[in-house]
Amino acid sequence: MSRRSHVRDALAIGLGVAVFGMAFGVLTIQAGGTVWHAMALSLLTFTGGSQFALAGVIQAGGSVATALTGAILLALRNGVYGLALSSTITGGLGRRMLAAHFVIDESTAMAIAQPDPEQAQSAFWTTGLSLFVFWNVGTVIGALGGNVLGDPAGVGLDVAFPAGFLALMGPALRTRAGAIAAAVGAAIALVALPTTSPGVPVLLAAAGAFVAHVLTRDSGAP
Amino acid sequence: MTWAVVLGLSAAAYLAKVIGLVALRDARLVRRAVPLLRHLPPAVLAGLVIVQTMGGTGGIEVDARLAGLAAAGVAVWRRAPFLVVVAVAAAVTAGLRALT
Repeated sequence: MSRRSHVRDALAIGLGVAVFGMAFGVLTIQAGGTVWHAMALSLLTFTGGSQFALAGVIQAGGSVATALTGAILLALRNGVYGLALSSTITGGLGRRMLAAHFVIDESTAMAIAQPDPEQAQSAFWTTGLSLFVFWNVGTVIGALGGNVLGDPAGVGLDVAFPAGFLALMGPALRTRAGAIAAAVGAAIALVALPTTSPGVPVLLAAAGAFVAHVLTRDSGAP
Repeated sequence: MTWAVVLGLSAAAYLAKVIGLVALRDARLVRRAVPLLRHLPPAVLAGLVIVQTMGGTGGIEVDARLAGLAAAGVAVWRRAPFLVVVAVAAAVTAGLRALT
């Protein structure tokens, strides 16, 4: 993937993210939060799944402890992404501490879709920064102005994200190890989905990496 | 929604990210596991894709999202560009929803 195409893709993901940012802004107000709460969450927490979980549970009348626990469980996968990206993201300590804020689903998926570490790093920053801007602008619009765009699901935007992740996993899926990791991860998540808390199926899916490693380490194949 | 909750979640979220990306990077165990680490994103993202397309209030829910994902799968297999994959999935899902 060339630099120009990953900038284009990052902007496209950003536009989709802005719509969900608006939905998040609306939800925060419905959950009894202020515009400032919504903005602080999007600027400082910057991991959409957790933010939606927090505001959603509070809006539905759940306890703050339940809301916070669920949101934190969802945020833990970013630690797994961080670990995976730790040898890709270079630079001084300050730069890496800043990079950490942008370790999310989308920036990780864009990074692993690149053919070499240099482009992976560039795609990571482009996607992370683009999403940060779009997500925060969307949040402010939603929190101030309410829902101006209607239901994202109406135009299939809820499927755009998993479809986009699948597209970005393409290069990995064409390797034996990557295909095993993804298949096992998907199977684990499917089994765990009905019986565990939100966030847990995705964390358990990480075990797919161990299986892929064990099954492919002696073959020499990538 | 209180400031304690907002800042608490923000601190926890950043902590998870920075522990993974920065703090553990030079740990001996992590250095030895580098070949394994690159398999983590496809495994975790595959889990996320399942949750986002089949998750619902009642556990597993099979609906128009899965059809969209299947269409995306075909597009990825045919090596379609990113934006085409996304557009195909959204169109199939939105189309099915409009019909049902």
